[in-house]
Amino acid sequence: MMLRNLFQEVRRYPSAVVGIIIIVGLVITAIYAVIAIPYKEAVRLWRGGEDIWYKTPKTAAPAWVNWFRKDRLPETIILNTWEGEIEKTMEQVSEETREVVFSFPIEYSYAYFPNEIAVFFRSLYTEKQPYVALTWLAPDGREIRMFEGAIGRYHRYFVSQDEKLQRRLKGRPPLLGLLSDPQSETLAVLPGRYTLRVRALLFEPNADVDAEFVLYGSVYGWAGTDHRRRDLSIALLWGTPIALMFGLLAALGTTITTMIIAAFGTWFGGWLDEVIQRITEINMVLPILPILIMVGTFYSRSIWVILGVLILLSIFGGSIKTYRAVFLQVKESPYIEAARAYGASDARIIFRYLIPRIVPMLIPQLVILVPAYVFTEAALSVLGLGDPILPTWGKVIDDARVNGALVQGNYYWVLEPAALLMITGMAFSLLGFALDRIFNPRLREL
Amino acid sequence: MGVRLVLLFFTIVVGVYLTVLIANMGGYVDEIRRGEIRERIGAQFATLSPEMRQLSAEERKQLIERMVALEEERLGLNQPFIIRSLRYLEDAITLRLGKAQQIMSDKGSREVKNILLERLPPTLMLWGFSNLILFFITLFAALSLSRRYGSVVDKLIIALTPTSAAPAWFYGLFLILIFAAVLHLLPFGGMVDAPPPDHPLEYALSLAKHLILPTTAVMLSSFFLNTYNWRTFFLIYSSEDYVEMAKAKGLPDQDVERRYILRPTLPTIITNFALMVITLWTGAIILETVFNWPGLGRTLYRAIGHFDVPVIVGSTVIYAYLLAITVFVLDFIYALVDPRVRIGGEGKPV
Repeated sequence: MMLRNLFQEVRRYPSAVVGIIIIVGLVITAIYAVIAIPYKEAVRLWRGGEDIWYKTPKTAAPAWVNWFRKDRLPETIILNTWEGEIEKTMEQVSEETREVVFSFPIEYSYAYFPNEIAVFFRSLYTEKQPYVALTWLAPDGREIRMFEGAIGRYHRYFVSQDEKLQRRLKGRPPLLGLLSDPQSETLAVLPGRYTLRVRALLFEPNADVDAEFVLYGSVYGWAGTDHRRRDLSIALLWGTPIALMFGLLAALGTTITTMIIAAFGTWFGGWLDEVIQRITEINMVLPILPILIMVGTFYSRSIWVILGVLILLSIFGGSIKTYRAVFLQVKESPYIEAARAYGASDARIIFRYLIPRIVPMLIPQLVILVPAYVFTEAALSVLGLGDPILPTWGKVIDDARVNGALVQGNYYWVLEPAALLMITGMAFSLLGFALDRIFNPRLREL
Repeated sequence: MGVRLVLLFFTIVVGVYLTVLIANMGGYVDEIRRGEIRERIGAQFATLSPEMRQLSAEERKQLIERMVALEEERLGLNQPFIIRSLRYLEDAITLRLGKAQQIMSDKGSREVKNILLERLPPTLMLWGFSNLILFFITLFAALSLSRRYGSVVDKLIIALTPTSAAPAWFYGLFLILIFAAVLHLLPFGGMVDAPPPDHPLEYALSLAKHLILPTTAVMLSSFFLNTYNWRTFFLIYSSEDYVEMAKAKGLPDQDVERRYILRPTLPTIITNFALMVITLWTGAIILETVFNWPGLGRTLYRAIGHFDVPVIVGSTVIYAYLLAITVFVLDFIYALVDPRVRIGGEGKPV
């Protein structure tokens, strides 16, 4: 009954409704992140180096920036022979030798040149290395010979480093030469369908060659990439459950413990109350943020340790005095006296009569506190004390700042995590302030 | 009063001792220190002059040991941690801040006092300036809002209150992005242009230019919430019967405000102001980091990074004293501004 009333009250506040919708959205995102990318996979990807992230361009903007541009930035094109998109044809040339041919079709109609083109070969053989020859077919019918030679089990070919090709292109840097019109004086992309043809000669019956073609563009995915080529979508997705968990646990942990301590202190009074008061005052002297920084620097940067210390330091915060003032009033109310008269135990009075009275005050407080803790975690990350393993929004901002994203114009790198932090903070804040007005009607009149 | 003083002193002692323990990680920092000393002296020996190289391995080892012992003695590492922690406490409480172990002031002094004093003006300039402005602007905005609550402006401020969920440094990031990176109007950070202008006027102008963004960030993050809080606080007082009475008598609005609203709320205003002023001491670690501002917060952060206990403890003990003195002095001020409060328990309790 009470819940239904509350629900109807909340519906009268558009800000609360907006807040709830955003929070539900965030929770769904968090659940999706945890299911779609399991914890271990997320950590492996986020800590991975070039071996995992060889296919993605460095600091590429998200693909949706093209929606806002007249001249589109090149997207990253990744094609390979083992996922069934590209067909391999095989032909017996002689008794021992077979020829494998496959081509990568590349639709390129951007105004800008790509950052790099690479082909990664994987081959199977026992003794005799396969021999490959690459040809570039331009839309205007030109055929340009590229790399030719024997390859090992793993071979990577970067077009921009091919000096022979540069000479063949009359000195033009290979990336520009391959994709531009040789007749024109100005360097402009010749739009159209290009093809990279690979012919490989295999000299053993069991030998085989596979290849992956990567054209590194200036945009990638829906979130872009960072300086270590990592797809930011992982950090943005996984940052959601971490931020929510950190904020909610810290807010719940501190408010509830603080409330219980204040209740016990006021109910029993005497030395217990005195001790609690003293601890609160001592806690006021302790510098919380520097202590968190010290813990992060000297001891552990694990998000759990930081969370624990933060809760410990916040329990005896200023709110204990506010609760105490309310409890002192409630303690004198007649119904408490009645409870005492019928012989209710101390614990019963505290948990059944004292604490429920403060809950309306507590719930808005709790919701409003969540963003403060979320931003504390982000702040520690910005100081370089983020969790060493987990990807968080704050760590993305830190990476971006340290690697000069603002100076170099990679704004998406800062804006994406910052927007998520802002949305999360605002959602809880909107809901919290609305709840405050619902639970404390005195404010509503004003 | 005596009891109050003793309790406050007790609070300082315990708070500072806890800080000493934490800043040393319960003695663990000593281990880091010893390791550092050994490594540094070992490295010195690796690149020594030829005559030193003639020493036998045994002699060299002895020499290293002697130098390590000397260095440990200089830093007081030869004593057990418990004794040293108590000495730290004694020095801190008597405000003998001593010498920093690693970091130096720009003038090359190792005295903690000099390091902190050198960093105080920049912090006061950034944090103090913006907080002072913020305090008075919100106070006046709140007063004027409380006069016409329910108006469009009032509703707008209430609607914008949730934006205060984000802290100043966070708004700083956005401001840097817009005004420094995209528009190239204002500097990314720092306190003055490099190299600093010689002419005092140019220096002041350069400083002002660098102050705009951080000050705006502080304002953005706190203005709406603070105004809202003060407004609600004033509204509670202005709905009192005696205010209605004064209005009914036909007193001008200004008089009502001054005598019947500001007067009874003065203790709260003063408390808030005093607490705001002393938090200036700790500086704003993250805001200063984001804006690359050479203040106390940055120094404290650097000290932590270098395990420089004297600086950390020195900064904390001064904060503790400032807090205790403020709390103590506030009691007197209450008595001055509010005749209902009588020190020493005479008269009616309030």
